[in-house]
Formats: sequence, structure tokens, C-alpha cells
Amino acid sequence: MEFTFDTEQIALRDAVRGLLRSRDDVPADQGFDPAMWTKLAAMGVLGLPFSEDVGGMGAGPIEVMIVAQELGRVLAPEPYVDSVVLAGGLIAAAGSDEQHATLLAALAEGESQPILAHAEPRTRWGTDAYGVVATSTTDGWTIDGTKEPVLYGDSATVLLVSALVGEQTKLFVVDPDEPGVTRTAYATHDGRRVARITFTKAAATPLGDAPADSSVLKDAFAQATIALCAEALGAMEVALDTTVGYLKTRKQFGVPLSKFQALTHRAADMYVSLELARSVVQYGAMCLAEGVEDPLVASRVKLQVSRSARHIGQEAIQLHGGIGMTDEYTIGHYTNRLTAMEHSLGDATFHRARLAQGLDQREIVDLLG
Amino acid sequence: MRLRLSAEDAAFQQDMRTFFTTQVPQETRDVIAHGKPLTRELIVETMQILNKAGLAVPHWPIEWGGRGWTTLQRHIWHEEMDLAGVPTPLAFNASMVGPVIAQFGSHEQKQRFLPATANLDIWWCQGFSEPDAGSDLASLRTTAVRDGNEWVVNGQKTWTTLGQWADWIFCLVRTDPDAPKKQQGISFLLFDLTSPGVTVRPIKLIDGGYEVNEVFFENVRVPADQLVGEENRGWDYAKFLLGNERVGVAPVGATKLRLRTARERALEPMADGSTLLADPLLAARFAELENELAALELTALRVAADSSDGRPDPASSILKLRGTQLQQDVTELLVDIAGHDSLATGAGEDSDVPSWAQRSVPTYLNYRKASIYGGSNEIQRTIIASSILGL
Ligand SMILES: Cc1cc2nc3c(=O)[nH]c(=O)nc-3n(C[C@H](O)[C@H](O)[C@H](O)COP(=O)(O)OP(=O)(O)OC[C@H]3O[C@@H](n4cnc5c(N)ncnc54)[C@H](O)[C@@H]3O)c2cc1C
Repeated sequence: MEFTFDTEQIALRDAVRGLLRSRDDVPADQGFDPAMWTKLAAMGVLGLPFSEDVGGMGAGPIEVMIVAQELGRVLAPEPYVDSVVLAGGLIAAAGSDEQHATLLAALAEGESQPILAHAEPRTRWGTDAYGVVATSTTDGWTIDGTKEPVLYGDSATVLLVSALVGEQTKLFVVDPDEPGVTRTAYATHDGRRVARITFTKAAATPLGDAPADSSVLKDAFAQATIALCAEALGAMEVALDTTVGYLKTRKQFGVPLSKFQALTHRAADMYVSLELARSVVQYGAMCLAEGVEDPLVASRVKLQVSRSARHIGQEAIQLHGGIGMTDEYTIGHYTNRLTAMEHSLGDATFHRARLAQGLDQREIVDLLG
Repeated sequence: MRLRLSAEDAAFQQDMRTFFTTQVPQETRDVIAHGKPLTRELIVETMQILNKAGLAVPHWPIEWGGRGWTTLQRHIWHEEMDLAGVPTPLAFNASMVGPVIAQFGSHEQKQRFLPATANLDIWWCQGFSEPDAGSDLASLRTTAVRDGNEWVVNGQKTWTTLGQWADWIFCLVRTDPDAPKKQQGISFLLFDLTSPGVTVRPIKLIDGGYEVNEVFFENVRVPADQLVGEENRGWDYAKFLLGNERVGVAPVGATKLRLRTARERALEPMADGSTLLADPLLAARFAELENELAALELTALRVAADSSDGRPDPASSILKLRGTQLQQDVTELLVDIAGHDSLATGAGEDSDVPSWAQRSVPTYLNYRKASIYGGSNEIQRTIIASSILGL
């Protein structure tokens, strides 16, 4: 057992951290910085998890975690988890050879940005589609219905769409620039871009040789959830650092706030939350790397990380006082993003319910078993 | 010990309910019920409806519009107003500067300001906090120096809520920099925000909204008769202002209204026909919150029923502390009910994501303020520990 990074992993972390320092302004209509996306591609980060024969780096979940954590530290708005880990992961897992060759290579090079269009209004998280339907015609498949909110749905160059075929949810590939696809984009509360995507007899091709079954979503969600949690971990690290720094410098009653034990103990509790999150994120990544087959791992990770994120996000603002409420100062943005991450890929309620289900049939978890 | 309201108070409650639900337009009350942003016009219009009926400032002295009600009646008034979704009388006017002028102001000041304050013909804002004087309010640095018949004000206030809509500001200013204790050199000054030398600069908050401002003063000349009470006694007046209210400290009615709406949201059918409330885990959270709110409401009632002398009650700190916690818990619950729909912030009316879900995170983030302003929850705990527990 080993909870430390090797030298190559440390080098990756430092390289990504260095790269992210050189950021230009994020164009508001895009919600992320295409120039940064290109730089990440050049560094090989976008192809990190994919095999070398499709232009990837053949690295594993630990490296993905390291990158995601760095992105989280600076609240990078680039769709790394959404496009590389989730959509890319789905293509890698369920795509045909041809899809691997075309879509993954282009993704790794930063030329294509696949995004999964799965969420629908008024649904809970899961692997089912509800109001989006795929129909087989003599000319191939078409899709009808509305997906919303689709994070990064407006900038996507390829859409993976979950749709009902009869009672089953299957996955399709849609070119968003084809007729029959309407995208309405708007801002999320944390300043990224999200879209409502309406399909009207939109041409679709199956993901895979025959449309992949939605069960492939499970593994892809697990990988993406753990990467997202690593991103949240990075954000929590900086939120705590920033708060600790503020307690040391802000003076009231003639002394730094750090003289008030009521506050330093609260910071200590935030640290406990942070380290619990770090432990489960590393556990999740190691489970993925070692092929541990417990389907509940991602839920264990996300539940703890959601709890930590909420605790740290709320306390970070509170310990800052009024300044924590402002757009001008960074800390509120961390809380804001953490809140968005909590509600992506299943919130605490969803994951807790998953863990609770079947508790009568299983023993309390044995991590090393 | 008796739980039931007296016949008189029960009738009073019924009167209030009838008034608020029939005399304040439904459209106005829907804005609150749906958690939409209030406009200046709606707040003014409502306060004027209330004032005309003698319901805007019932806690003021009778000659200035007060009603001589018991604390319990005032509590009922406030709860019924909140539950009906009525925008409550502007706190800066009704609960802050009004009572201070009524208690400590000169007769001329009362005549000049109180009727206009009760009727919201003057919109007041509160100029207490400064960048370096937040919890430690007494270290404020804005100065007022006497020059003939005027005070000359220099300095900066911050976090001034709705300063952009305000006509006048009531300000704590340092008039004696040499006083032995910093609390002793402060005065309470009233002035027109259109006075030369006043600059109001908006501060954007994390929910994207503008509700607070920085206010800068550069040689603002204020007539001497706009200083309230005695020179250098402003701290006492500020303490009176912050401590004199024990009704409406915990927004129980408003939180209950939100919890009711949240329950309705959780009963709206999902895409698969199910309802969220059918989930026992979520239902359990509702039940917990409902019960916590009941315990708080009972505490608020106990404070209201037991106080006849009008002295500041340290129990107010319990109400502020717990009241803001539950207020925040309900906004948090709504975000969780919204689930991933909560990401659809800017979706607008064409979307199937309901508008309450679109607003849920901005509202949640906005209400993080409640445990910071008006004496943060840490300060409330300090008050409980020192004034109640003697620690
Ligand atoms: C949305 C909003 C609206 C506001 N509206 C107004 C307004 O209209 N007019 C006005 O005058 N002011 C207003 N305020 C200001 C508000 O009253 C202050 O923010 C508050 O007093 C806290 O001060 P601060 O922000 O400087 O935080 P600080 O005092 O710097 O506090 C930072 C943190 O330290 C804690 N802390 C400070 N001292 C202690 C201590 N001794 N022991 C333990 N913990 C401590 C605080 O609780 C907080 O968690 C508003 C604030 C907000 C956020």
C-alpha cells in the first residue's frame, strides 16, 4: 500500500500546475478558454487516459486524478472531466474501432470536443433516458427530444446522446451541426456554459457497432465521478488555504482573526473534511487503477466529497465574513463551483440512496478485502 | 402555562390574516412566495398600504403611528405578514432608524422624519460597517468634524444594503477621536445621499446580484441639526437599534413559507411520474427541518409571550443564530430538491427546468449572508456565552 505519488506523477502535477498559471481571460460566450484547451492537448493531458494506438498516452486513473485536482485548484472552466474522462471514456469503452480512431485521436489533439448529452429536466441521476427517443429508419437512426442541462453542450463538436429504443436506453453519436439539432446556451450559476439541446429527427449513428446499452454509462460515470471528486478536492485545498491565509491577515478587535479559537477550530474542522475527501478520492482512483469491481466505490467517494465540499464551501464564506459574499474576491467562487460539482454526476442524496440500497444483503464495507 | 391564544389574540390573528391576504395584492405576495427578486416599487407600495392601515410601524410610540400592542401581538403581526408573503416593512426604516429617532431624536427631528420614514417617503440605508470595522464596529473611522453649523464627513462605509435605492443614510461617525474608549467618540448622523461628496459604488455578490454598496464621503456637509440625540452617544443608540428588536429576529414565518413551497416542489411529478417526497430519505429531511422550525417557533413565541417590559433580551441571540441557520437550511434543501436541474441557472422561461430550480443555487449562495450580517453567528454565540451563561 502506498499513498504517495512517484516522481513522474509529481512531474505531471507540476507541469499541469505551471501550465494553468499562464491563463488568459476566459471568453464569456464560451465559458472556457480554447487556447488553454489547445495547450492541454499539446502537453498530452487530453489524451492521458487513452491507449497509445489511438493517439493517447496510456496513463491511468491516478494521472487523471492528478490533472483534475490541479484544474480544480484554479477553478479551471475547461471541460476536462466532461469531455475527456466522461465522453472520451464512453467512446473508449463502447465505441467501434472506427470511432476510436476518429473521435479519440481528435479529442487527444484538442480538435474535437465530445460531450455526453444525458441529463433531462426533472429527473434524478441515473442511467435512463426519459423523453428522448431514437427511431430506426431506412436511412439509419434519428433522435427526438430535449436534453437539459448539458454542461458544455454548446461548445461540443460531437454529442453522445442517451435515448430510448423501446424500453431500453441506448447511446448514439450525433453531429450537433447537422439539421434537427438546436442548441440554446446559457450560463450556469458558476459562470460556465450549459445548453438545452433539442433534437428533431436528428440524424444519429450508434455508439459502437450496434447502439451501446446504457449499462456502459455505469463505468463511465464511476470514472468521471472520481475525476470530478479529484477536481473538487483541488478546489477544497485552495478554499482552505485561502481561508487560513485570511484568518492570519484580517484584523478585528486589534488582533488577527486567528487569535479567536472559535474560528481556528472551525478551520481545523475544515481540514479534517479536506483530508477525509483526499483519502476517498485517492481510494477511488486506486480502485479504478486496480480494477476493483465494487460498483459502490464511486458512490462512497462522491458522498464523502459532497459532504466535505458543502462543509468547506459554507465555512469558507462564513469565516471570511462579508468579503466572502463578493464576486470580486475569489473564495465565493470556490463555494459556487463546489456547489455545482456536488450536483453533477449524482448528488449526495443519490449516492447515499445507492449505498443504502441492499444494505440488508451486504456486510459493512471491507476496504482491503 | 397555556398554549392556546386568548380569544382576543386569536381574533387579532384572524384580523391580521384577513388584512394581509386581502389588502396586499396577490401578485406582490407571489413574488415572495416564488422567491423572485423584489423591486423598489413593490416594497414602497406595500409599506404604504401597511402604513395607511396602521400596520407598518406598530411598535413605535403611539403618537408616531405605534399601536401599543403586546409583544405577542407584534409577533403574530409579523408571522402573519411573513406567511402571507407580504414584503415586510423596510427594516432600515421601521426597525432601525425610526425607533432611534423616536427614542432619542429632538421633537423637530421626529416631526421631520418619522411620518416620512413610516410611509417610506424616505428610504433609509444603514451606514455602520466599514472595511476595517465589521464585527469590530466600534473601530469605525469615518469622521465628522464640526465646522460652524455643520458637520463635515469624510470616510467610507461598506456593505450598505440597497444604498442604490436609498434617499438618506443613518451613519455612525467618529466625532471625538480622543475619547478614552473608542465606543465613546461616536455620533449618529442623518443625511441625504444626494449631498455633494457622496459616492455610492455597487458591490456585485456571488449570486450575480447587486444589493450592497460601498459609500464614500468626501467633505460631505451635514447640517448640525441632523445629529441624533447627544454628540458622542451614538454607540448607545446603535446598541439600542441592534438590540431593541425581539420580534421578527428569527424569520420563522418566512422560513415556514419557504418550507411549504419546498414541499410543494417535492410533490411536483418528475419526468418518470414519481415524486421526490416519495423518497424516504428526503421526506426525513423535511420532517427534521419541520421539527427544528417548530422548536424555534416555540422559542420565539416564548420570548414574545414572556416579555412585557421591552428590555433587550439576550434570547434574541438564540433567535438570530438559529433563525438564520434554518433559513439557510431551507435554501439548501431547495438546491438538493432541484438536483442537477440546479445547474440550469440561466435557462429562462422556454425551459422545462422549473424557474424555482433555476434560481435555487443563487438563492442558496445569497443566503449565506444571513449568518454574517446583523451581528454574525459567531458574535451571537459570544453574546450567549457572555450575557446568558456568564462565561
Ligand atoms: C449581504 C450583506 C449585507 C449587509 N448590509 C449591511 C448594511 O446595510 N449596513 C451595514 O452597516 N452593514 C451591513 N453588512 C455588514 C455586516 O454587518 C458585516 O459583514 C458583519 O458585521 C461582519 O463584518 P465583516 O464582514 O467585516 O467580517 P469580520 O468581522 O471580518 O468577520 C470575519 C469572520 O470572523 C468572525 N469573527 C469576527 N470577530 C470575531 C470574534 N471576536 N470572535 C469570533 N469570531 C469572530 C466573524 O463572525 C466572521 O466569521 C452587510 C453584510 C452583508 C454580507
